[in-house]
Amino acid sequence: MKYEIAIIGGGPAGLAAAIAAYDAGCRSILILERDNQLGGILNQCIHNGFGLHTFGEELTGPEYAARFAKQVLDRGIEYKLNTMVLSISEDKKITAVNRTDGLIEIEATAVILAMGCRERSRGALNIPGFRPAGIYSAGTAQRLVNIEGFLPGRRVVILGSGDIGLIMARRMTLEGAKVLVVAELMPYSGGLKRNIVQCLNDFDIPLKLSHTVVDIQGRERVTGVTIAEVGPDRKPIPGTEIHYDCDTLLLSCGLLPENELSRGMGVTISPVTNGPVVDESLQTNIPGVFAAGNVLHVHDLVDFVSEEAAAAGRAAARYLEQGAQSGAGEINVTFEGGPRYTVPASIDPKRVSDDLVIRFRVGGVMKNRRVRLYLDDEVVVSRKRPVMAPGEMEELKLTKEALAAHPDLKRIHIAVEEA
Amino acid sequence: MYDVIIIGAGVTGCAVARYLSRYQGKMLVLERAEDVCCGTSKANSAIIHAGFDAAHGSLMAEMNVRGNRMVPQLARDLDFPFQMNGSLVVCMSEEDMPRLRALYENGVKNGVERLEIVDSKRLHEMEPNVSKNAVAALWAPTGGIVCPFNMTIALAENAYANGVEFRFNTKVTGFTRGSGCWTIHTDGGDFQTRYVVNAAGVYADVLHNMVSEERKLHITPRRGDYCLLDKQTGGFVSHTVFQLPGKLGKGVLVSPTVHGNIIVGPTAIDIEDRDGTNTTAAGLDDLIAKAGISVDNLPIRQTITSFAGLRAHEDHHEFVIGEVGDAPGFIDCAGIESPGLTSAPAIGETVAELLREKMGLAEKENFIATRKGLLDPKTLSREEYQALIRENPAYGQIICRCEQVTEGEIIDAIRRPLGARSLDGVKRRTRAGMGRCQAGFCSPRVMEILARELGVSQAEITKCGGASRLIVGVNKDSIGEVREG
Repeated sequence: MKYEIAIIGGGPAGLAAAIAAYDAGCRSILILERDNQLGGILNQCIHNGFGLHTFGEELTGPEYAARFAKQVLDRGIEYKLNTMVLSISEDKKITAVNRTDGLIEIEATAVILAMGCRERSRGALNIPGFRPAGIYSAGTAQRLVNIEGFLPGRRVVILGSGDIGLIMARRMTLEGAKVLVVAELMPYSGGLKRNIVQCLNDFDIPLKLSHTVVDIQGRERVTGVTIAEVGPDRKPIPGTEIHYDCDTLLLSCGLLPENELSRGMGVTISPVTNGPVVDESLQTNIPGVFAAGNVLHVHDLVDFVSEEAAAAGRAAARYLEQGAQSGAGEINVTFEGGPRYTVPASIDPKRVSDDLVIRFRVGGVMKNRRVRLYLDDEVVVSRKRPVMAPGEMEELKLTKEALAAHPDLKRIHIAVEEA
Repeated sequence: MYDVIIIGAGVTGCAVARYLSRYQGKMLVLERAEDVCCGTSKANSAIIHAGFDAAHGSLMAEMNVRGNRMVPQLARDLDFPFQMNGSLVVCMSEEDMPRLRALYENGVKNGVERLEIVDSKRLHEMEPNVSKNAVAALWAPTGGIVCPFNMTIALAENAYANGVEFRFNTKVTGFTRGSGCWTIHTDGGDFQTRYVVNAAGVYADVLHNMVSEERKLHITPRRGDYCLLDKQTGGFVSHTVFQLPGKLGKGVLVSPTVHGNIIVGPTAIDIEDRDGTNTTAAGLDDLIAKAGISVDNLPIRQTITSFAGLRAHEDHHEFVIGEVGDAPGFIDCAGIESPGLTSAPAIGETVAELLREKMGLAEKENFIATRKGLLDPKTLSREEYQALIRENPAYGQIICRCEQVTEGEIIDAIRRPLGARSLDGVKRRTRAGMGRCQAGFCSPRVMEILARELGVSQAEITKCGGASRLIVGVNKDSIGEVREG
């Protein structure tokens, strides 16, 4: 099989990328999805709050996914469900498998990586204690509750205040479970402010910052969890232990982009984002291989996943027309005062055909800041930010016009400064 | 009336059952857990030791060296993963060289073949990540690694194929001695047998002490914490890298696994709780600190899971194998700690031989000496895999993404004799859930397949039997207005 563009993953990123690539003129697109329907993890996110930026209304996850899936179907874009990509070679030959076609090999001119992310597991967190039933990542519990209608537990402790954990605190409460506490290792939450208000405060669920799980009890099923306060070194402080009798521990301790396929094909991965290092076209170090969505860096809002993925789709379509463009004029985006990384990591002004969005996250909570984007020594964007937090993604728009006004650009720099 | 009842379906009990199944007779394995391989056999270093470590002249040394020689053929016969990757005992200072040489000499006396002391240069050529401070190492090319789950399961399945019965979820509570026979009391009723084999792991002393006054055994559960690293770290070391044993045991090893991960462990903490398989923060911290001694830049941040296992440490650090003096017909396999996994085939053969002699057992004419493991599509050629999916489409459906395990393999694991009944049972047989996401994505789907295959509701599916239910109800079932019934 040969396609111009193969898209790995039919979640929000893959769907938006496919639609944008089609609308940019590409008619040979294949989406490969491992699950039994398009939409990815959105299908289990039955709460509302999706689509405010894209559609100007609040949708549930499945509704948001359905709008994109419909656009894919309307355009007649091809897709394969229940299809697992096993490997991709550096020359973009994809090996995948499913029940009906068996092993398939797809030759693609361009590949868009849109595999999403996974949750950090108990094992990766090295939480001590027994290993009984009743320990779930928040997303696994979300699937059990929202898709299958099963209650994974009745008395629940949640470790980690990532958005899925916060959402699940509310969901478990609504389904009849008692959520005793949400413990967060860091002195600030990893989730969106609105989720803390709507999912914890509105249900009187306590959030204990600077706390972690130090023991899990129960040989067969969880019978209790002990949490303790941590010091500035994030190590538990003896004597601060609090015990909870519970049958469930949910973990919402961070998301990890799933880049095993990317690594396998030789894509360079950033140690900060755990996602591919990309240029202004969201292209990886391999020409014609693009990445978008949570596989690239973990987002907070799906609207921005869609927006980013659409840019990747357009870039892939452009690649089909123009082929690989020389990377001679690439400028690395530099930063100071807070950002941990930027996407894109580098920009070649000559290749920029649209306005660019530069996204980043900061490493800690910061108040009264101003974010400035410099082209050489000139400030082209300056935004006041009363609060910046690691849980919320920041973005800056770099316009085509601003770039055009700097023909011999040497430096693209983001500074987070005291306001 | 049984001829032999074996208590314990760990690797020792299953090995005894397998070697005994060559002979005619009515045999039964009793196991308190819901599956084979639920105790020490499932949580250990997965090492086939060469045999240089156990004291010369001990039963432990004899069984180790014999077991080491038996495993390669057994792995072929019973189709379980084994690799002779060789082991290195790393010496960190010139001062310790006499102890390294003593270990070499002990190994030679034990009959370990091809032992060699390699200098620092050669060592670092063999293992570039071994600590730059290492001065030499004892190289044992006959050391190996194995899948302890599939080794145990293979022995059990083969014993079952040869007529040995298995009864799970059955806990032994006591014994009554009759004339020429024993009654074993359990929470599932009484069983009569001519001979009892005590292969009860960390409980072997408890059972032994129920029947013997003459010599009391004392076993201490010695807990070992482990970390398992992502397959991305595969190749960090290719040999099993031991630290030179000191007063606190064998030290911490860093080893590849047969599946391509890196395993680090174990610690050694004596505890009282015979089911105390909980890891502790102190234990894991200790492990991480010790693991860094023999290798440089261990990628410990790539840990995908940590766990603890219990060694059945007998006070004299020696295997206790044989008929109990004041309890004729009661055969101990007690104190089987490291190198117990390696020794299991030798112990099985020894005990089977002992029983054959005592009971005058005749060989079976139709003994089945081989067993075929689960079909792993990853071992097939493209064409073979394609044909397999055409014949059985379930092999085209990946359920566990991280380990790329198909629905076909999971169904096979459930349907085969002594098949999986729980999430952990499927995991041990297929590796579904053993990868980097640690069952985050696949557990709901494996639960669904288990429920369908076993003909029960998903609410009845457990992690590992007993009360380890994964689901406690359905949404809103505790809220009055919508409660059904």
